Amino acid sequence: MRGWQRPSYWPFIAPALTVVLAVIIFPWAYTIWMSLHEWKVGSPPTFVGLANYIRLPSDTRFVESIGHTLVYTALSVVLPVALGTFAAVVFHNKFPMRGFLRGLFIMPMMATPVAIALVWTMMFHPQLGILNYLLSLVGLPPQLWVFHPATVIPSLVLVETWQWTPLVMLIVLGGLAAIPTEPYESAQIDGATRWQTFRYISLPLIMPFLFIAGMIRMIDAVKSFDIIFAITQGGPGTASETINLYLYSVAFVYYDVGYASAIVVVFFALIVALAGALLRLRQTTHWNDAGGSA
Amino acid sequence: MPVNSAAYFCSNSPRGPLTRLASSVVPAYFFQFTSAAEARGELTGITVESEVIPEQQQRQKAVIELTSGKPSFDVIHLSYHVQKRQFDRAGWLADLTGFMNDPTMTTPDLVVNDFSAGGLKFAQNDKGEMHSLPWSVDYFILYWNKEIFAKKGVALPKTLDEMVAAAEKLNDPANGIYGFTGRGLRNANMALWTNFFLNYGGEFLDDKGNILTDGPEAIEATKMYQRLMKSAPPGVAGFNWMESMASLTQGRAAMWIDADGWAPPIEDPNASRVVGKIGYAVVPAGPKGQYSSTYGDGIGITQASTKKEAAYLYCQWAVSKTMGARLLQSGGGVPFRSSILNDETVRKGVKTQEWLDSVVASAKISKLGLPVIVPVAEFRDIVGAALTATLSGADPATELKKANDQFRPILERSEKA
Repeated sequence: MRGWQRPSYWPFIAPALTVVLAVIIFPWAYTIWMSLHEWKVGSPPTFVGLANYIRLPSDTRFVESIGHTLVYTALSVVLPVALGTFAAVVFHNKFPMRGFLRGLFIMPMMATPVAIALVWTMMFHPQLGILNYLLSLVGLPPQLWVFHPATVIPSLVLVETWQWTPLVMLIVLGGLAAIPTEPYESAQIDGATRWQTFRYISLPLIMPFLFIAGMIRMIDAVKSFDIIFAITQGGPGTASETINLYLYSVAFVYYDVGYASAIVVVFFALIVALAGALLRLRQTTHWNDAGGSA
Repeated sequence: MPVNSAAYFCSNSPRGPLTRLASSVVPAYFFQFTSAAEARGELTGITVESEVIPEQQQRQKAVIELTSGKPSFDVIHLSYHVQKRQFDRAGWLADLTGFMNDPTMTTPDLVVNDFSAGGLKFAQNDKGEMHSLPWSVDYFILYWNKEIFAKKGVALPKTLDEMVAAAEKLNDPANGIYGFTGRGLRNANMALWTNFFLNYGGEFLDDKGNILTDGPEAIEATKMYQRLMKSAPPGVAGFNWMESMASLTQGRAAMWIDADGWAPPIEDPNASRVVGKIGYAVVPAGPKGQYSSTYGDGIGITQASTKKEAAYLYCQWAVSKTMGARLLQSGGGVPFRSSILNDETVRKGVKTQEWLDSVVASAKISKLGLPVIVPVAEFRDIVGAALTATLSGADPATELKKANDQFRPILERSEKA
C-alpha cells in the first residue's frame, strides 16, 4: 500500500491563497482587533474588550446615521429603478434620433461624482442657484434644498437619481431586448392595453434585470460618500450624515481608530444583512426562472 | 487668498531640500520669497519645497504622517486652536528652546518676549519649552457695509443687542439685502458663536476641566445667535467663511463677524463690489464683557526631521520682521511679534488703516476662542451641530444639553488617556 502523499495542488493554490489572506482576511482580522481597543492616533492602543460596541447604541449620532443611510439608500434605489424602467420602455420604442438621445441620456453616468457634486452645489444655492430660478418661473416659492435638514436627503437623492437612472435604463433595455415578440403579438390580438402589456408581459419578464439593477443601486447607495461629502459634508448639522460620513469623521477627524473599527464591523454586518435579505427575496420569488434568458 | 498648491524648488542644497506642509488658509504671498536670489536659495543655500493643501485635509495628513513616525515634511504650519494640545501630547514637534538661546542660530531681534502673551501660551508647552514659533494671530472683527448702514440711517452697533436690532432693521430680503451673514455650518460656526459666548460671560471649562457649554451663558448666547441669524441669507446653516464672504463682498450683507484676515479680498476690485465701503470694527460688547475670539497659527519643526538647523532658519525667516510686515500690511493677518506691530513704518504701510485700528483694539480684548483640549474637532462638531439645529428652530437649551451629554464622555476619555 502506498503511504499518504502530500496533495500536489498546494503549490498551485498558494499564490492565490496568500493574496486572499493578505488583502481580505488580514485587513478584516486587523479591523476586528482594532475594534477591541481604545486607540486614539498618537497614543498606544489599550485593550477594552467590547466597550466600543457597547458605546454604539447610546451614540445618538451613530444611531441617527443608520436611519439616514437607510432612507438615503431606499430612495436611491426606488427612484432610479422606477425612472430607469420608464426611460427604458420609452427608449425601447423606435423613434427618430433615438440613438442620439439615448447617448445624451447616459451622459450623467460618465461624469465624475465630485465634479457633479460641485455643479449641483451651485445649482442648489438658495440665492444664486438655477433651481430656485426655475421654480420662480412656474410661480413656486424658493426652496432651501441641501441647506435645510428636512430637504437635504431628498435633494441629495435627486443628484444620485439624476446620475444613476441611466445605468438602470441600460440594464433594463438589455432585458427588454431579450423578450421575444410573440407574447406581445398575442396580447395585441387579445386587445390588451399598453399598460396591461407592460404590467403582465414586460414587467414579469424584466424582473430579473430589475433585481440586478436594484442590487447594484443598493450597493452603490449604501457606500455612497463622494456626493454627500462634497455637497453637504453630512450637514446641515448632521442631517445628512450617513454611516460612511460618520465613520470618516470618527476615523480621520477625531482619530478614534478603535471606535471607528467597531462602526465598520457593525456597518459590514448591516450590509451583509441587507444583501442576504435581497438574495433571499430573489430565491423565494423565483424571479430568475421567470426571466428565462437572464 | 487661499491657494491650493504652491511649490518652490531651489538650487544646490548641501542638505537636500526642506519640505514643509501648510494649509490653504495661509495666504499665497506667504510662499513668495522677497527676492529671486532668495527663491533660488543663493542667499542661504537652503532649498525649500512646499506642499499646500486645504485646511481640513492638511490636519488629517499631518496626523497620519506624524503618527507613522516618518513625516514627509520637516516644517509644518499648525493651527494652535485645533492642533496644539494634540501635538504637545504626542511630542511631534522639536523643542526650539536650544536654538533660540543659541546666538549663532538666532538673530538678536528674535527673543521670546517679543511674542505676545497669547502667542507664547500657544507655542510653549507646560514646561515652558518653545515647540513652535507663533506666526499669525486671528482676531474676530466686525465687518460692516457703510453704504447699507447709511441708507437706513443706522449707527455702528456697540453692543450685541444693538447689533441684533441693527441686523433686523437692515434686513431687506425683498431686495436681496440681509442684515447679517456668518458661519452657520456645523463645526465652522463655533468660531463665530464663541464671540457671543465669551461676551455673555461664558467659560469653556471649570476648574476641574468639566465642559460648561450648556450653562446659562451658553443658552443666552445661542438664543442671540439664533435671533441674529434670522436676518441672514437663507441657507446660512450651510455657510462657512467662504459663503459668508461672498454675501459681504457682493454687497448682499450689512454685517459679518469673522477672522481679521479678509481685508485683501474685500478691498480687491476684481473680487469685490464693496471696495472702500466696508468698515472694520471690534466685536460689539455683550452683557458680561467685550472679547474678541482669538485663534492663532504657528510654524514648527517635526521631531523626526533630520534637517532641524536648516528648518529652524526657515521658520525664523517665516516669522521675521520682513514677512510679518508683509502679512500685516496686506491686511491678511496679524503677526504675534510686538516689535513688528509697534513699528511706525510698518504700520504706516498698512493699506487699510481702519482695519489696523480694529485689530489693534481687538488685541486688547483678545480671548482664546476654543478650549485647549485634545478632542477639539469633536467639540466643534458636536456643539456646532447643536447650533446649526437651532437655526432651523430647535430649542437652544435642549440642543446644548444634548450636545454636552454627548461630548462629556468623549472629553473624559481623552483626558484620562
